[in-house]
Amino acid sequence: MEFPFLSIITLSPILFAILILMLPKERGENARMLGLAAMVLGLVLAAYVYIATYQNLPPAGTPWSETLQFVEQHPWVPSIGLNYIVGVDGLSATLVLLTAIVGLGGVLISWSIDDRPREFYAFFMLLVAGVHGVFVAVDGFLLFFFYELAVLPMYVMIVVWGWKVTREYAAMKLTLYLLIGSFISLIAFLVLYFTPVEGGEALRTFDLRIWSEATFPWDIQRIWFMPLFIGFAILAGLWPFHNWSPDGHVAAPTAVSMIHAGVLMKLGAYASMRVGIQLLPEGAVYWLPFILLLTLINVIYGSLIAMRQRDLKYLIGYSSVSHMGLVSMGFAAMTILGFAGAGIQMVSHGIMTALFFAVVGMIYDRAHTRSMDDLSGMRKALPWTVVAFIIGGLVGMGMPGLSGFLAEFPIFLGVWQGRGIDLTAVFGLNPSNYYGLVAVIAILGIIITAAYILRAVHIVFFGEYDGDKWHDMRPLLSIDKFVLVLFSVILIVIGVLPVVIAPIVTSGVEPVVARLQEAQQAAQFHGGTVSNAAQHMIQIVAANVMAWLGGA
Amino acid sequence: MSPNITLSWVLALAPEISLLVVLFMVLVFDKLFKPDNPRLIGQFTAWGALAVLLITVGLYWLFGQPNAEWTLLESTFWGGMIRNDLVTFVFRIMFLSALVLTALVSIDVPRLQKLEYYALLITATIGFSLMAASTDLIMIYVALETASISSYLLAGFYSGQTRSAEAGMKYFVFGAFTTAVMLYGMSMLYGVTGQTNLYLIGNLFSTQNISIVQPLLLLAAVLILVGFGFKTSLVPYHFWTPDVYEGAPTPFTGFLSTASKAAGFAVLLRVFLAGVLGPAQTSSEWWAMLVAICIITMSLGNLVAIFQTNIKRLLAYSSIAQAGYTLIGLVTLSQDGSGASMYYLLMYIFTNIAAFGVIVIVSNVTHSDDLKDLYGLNRRSPFLALVMLLAVLSLSGIPPTAGFFGKFFLFKAAVDSGLWWLALIAILNAFVGLYYYLTIVKYMYLYRSEEDDVAIPVSRAARIGLVVSSLFIVYLGVNAGPAFELTRQAAAAFFSG
Repeated sequence: MEFPFLSIITLSPILFAILILMLPKERGENARMLGLAAMVLGLVLAAYVYIATYQNLPPAGTPWSETLQFVEQHPWVPSIGLNYIVGVDGLSATLVLLTAIVGLGGVLISWSIDDRPREFYAFFMLLVAGVHGVFVAVDGFLLFFFYELAVLPMYVMIVVWGWKVTREYAAMKLTLYLLIGSFISLIAFLVLYFTPVEGGEALRTFDLRIWSEATFPWDIQRIWFMPLFIGFAILAGLWPFHNWSPDGHVAAPTAVSMIHAGVLMKLGAYASMRVGIQLLPEGAVYWLPFILLLTLINVIYGSLIAMRQRDLKYLIGYSSVSHMGLVSMGFAAMTILGFAGAGIQMVSHGIMTALFFAVVGMIYDRAHTRSMDDLSGMRKALPWTVVAFIIGGLVGMGMPGLSGFLAEFPIFLGVWQGRGIDLTAVFGLNPSNYYGLVAVIAILGIIITAAYILRAVHIVFFGEYDGDKWHDMRPLLSIDKFVLVLFSVILIVIGVLPVVIAPIVTSGVEPVVARLQEAQQAAQFHGGTVSNAAQHMIQIVAANVMAWLGGA
Repeated sequence: MSPNITLSWVLALAPEISLLVVLFMVLVFDKLFKPDNPRLIGQFTAWGALAVLLITVGLYWLFGQPNAEWTLLESTFWGGMIRNDLVTFVFRIMFLSALVLTALVSIDVPRLQKLEYYALLITATIGFSLMAASTDLIMIYVALETASISSYLLAGFYSGQTRSAEAGMKYFVFGAFTTAVMLYGMSMLYGVTGQTNLYLIGNLFSTQNISIVQPLLLLAAVLILVGFGFKTSLVPYHFWTPDVYEGAPTPFTGFLSTASKAAGFAVLLRVFLAGVLGPAQTSSEWWAMLVAICIITMSLGNLVAIFQTNIKRLLAYSSIAQAGYTLIGLVTLSQDGSGASMYYLLMYIFTNIAAFGVIVIVSNVTHSDDLKDLYGLNRRSPFLALVMLLAVLSLSGIPPTAGFFGKFFLFKAAVDSGLWWLALIAILNAFVGLYYYLTIVKYMYLYRSEEDDVAIPVSRAARIGLVVSSLFIVYLGVNAGPAFELTRQAAAAFFSG
């Protein structure tokens, strides 16, 4: 048997969490050392997995099930086809590495936490384990299991260690949004489990490798794509289901905000792509042009709202909504460029937001305010934060030479290319008419981003320095500086040397796009009979109700 | 049904007989030795129940009693009264585990350190165990009364306390009345068929044209459901639940909410799936009735639970809601579904006894059952807070706890039977439930109480009980496979009539 890299990456944080909880109360300080150990172990293994995957990229055109590496498979509940299967392709290897990096940053940032450190680190470990689990899961049920596992520690951490003003409200809202979303997806999972595929029996397995090669009937695809996709897209902050996200970001303690915006939202995007688009490509072709419009609203509306914010953390929260909109937009573009861009944007945005939240957390810890009305002249008080924030801001604006450009430019290009797709109408619209327009409008989002970032930089960092007000601010710890430097360097390296990430992400999304393009051909064929989807939904619900009434 | 009494006949009742032996030993032990330490009687019961549990498991493991391969005839003993199959086995495991855990958490409650309390717990367990085994209307009734009479007494066990007396009285009046109604329903069945054996009645209905007795069967179904619905606290027979749960001694409430409910579901599953009230098909009249009850029970339990301020009342409404979920498994009318129901009851035993165990210990210190008592529990006793956290997570169905798999198996069975809308309703309900369960988490971890620095001591026996429950909650939530295989295999017996 091979060395179980992925299982160790995923499960070792849980083991560390148990160890941390068993520490005696007096030695609660040691929790952070254990936490650090867990994260470093995870990072080393994740880096190895990333490099090994990169060196062994499959040629284009390989079906997804064969692109997986480090596969481990064990039966779980055999009689109903539940298996523990983990494995990584190019995209998930990248995201696992991202999680490990942000997790390490999170532990370092919360180094000085003094309220019940044992519980804090134990829940944090659990959160990281859940996120890793989703990225490496190759079984639908396992994915769902880890997804749920990640949500609960969020609740506890926000409620206990969060910002006193809104934490109870925000934590409950976040948990309900995310769990409702995931359970809607679960129903869709179960439907796929029991539905006979085209030319065969029901699959009765949750193995995504088998699912990803099956073709589900057209009706199932069209009706269940939306629940499956939206259920997970809620976590990616898709408009109009983004509402939990800024509140959650703001209420969470710094380390959790970093994981939350940096990695957790990617979990939603990743899962909605992995199970939504990959499993039901025909449904995706049918609905994605419509979802593209939602993501456009995400981008524009998110950045406009961010402009209005006076609270620095809310500003970052809404910018996250806007940037995550770009990820979904990349998927909705249905082209390889769009997908690759979305994949890189996940990483770029993950590091960038983590950097932003780290900076905001450092300022808030010292100044005890995040309001842009009160803060000014931080340049003098905390010089390191200025550089980090500006680098993050430039990434957000898509500045060439930084990772943001590498991510956002392909997305816009991908959407623009999407004009070539000739599809039958969704709600009477022909998407090829508006794909180009969407690309143009979305680029305007960048300008708005530039506006609010530069305004924040100007007010917070370069305003007048009030020596009386800020003279007693603690300087940054060297740990804090290390985190800022680490994140900034990653952003720059990706921007300057795209080769470290672009090929591996592209190879990860390639099988999904290939499936999508096949489905586009098929959709042309089905096109003639496509009527209004809502009408179909109602018909089917009505038929079921009637059948039930008749049966009763 | 061979007329010769063989060893298997005795072995079929071995757990009940052993329990009876334990009961006598407890009685004799107390009277003869008059132990100075009042805790001994509880310890004695716990060890005795554990021994019976081991005997039961040993019989299955070593001697294949009961055997999964047995046909209906081979597994029926005592003139068709008792069926010793895997269903019986699984339910016995549940009751005996519940008895062990309840005894453990009761040991250090001063007012319960009495012989009568433990003796009644054992007799109630015998009753539950027989209920799960019985395959005859008469036997069901006798077993149910055995269990009920012990339960009435236990609910009113704090004799000096008005609330407890009220609980006992209310439970008794409600119970006596509903049982009488149920008996009336059974008499109708007997009138129609001339039989009291479940499987003979079931066979009769599945082979003969029953359209002429259809109205009578529906009436019988309604009346019989009154009795079973009372046991399992299904709406609209749930009114006693909050009051009795609140007034009864807390360790017994934990026992009542799990073992008694499981026993009720055992007979409910047996009777309805054997086709005693018409074949087990969605076209049977009782099916629609059960679906309606299932939906109403889930929704009402969850919605009313939100407004509770007493922790025991909150868990009472939560247990009503949980009964609604469990019923989903029955209305799917499939082996997967009823297996899922049994799994759900199994995990519910550990979950709810853990939750009530925490409340027992907390209210030993605070002397009340307000939700407020849980404020700052994490600071007062991190151990108790962690156990309670696992319990509420399991109740709300979040991994890595047993409740997650419990709900998953149920929903899966529902979607499999084409009832995806029922699964959807249940999921929406699970979110209403999530709200108040998470509120408990918030109280424990976030809020501060005025007595933050007063630690809550946990006695060794209770600690063992809670640790064991927690381990089972996590074990069943991570490795659900073996347990589910067992319950699923057992559920085949419901349909082999």
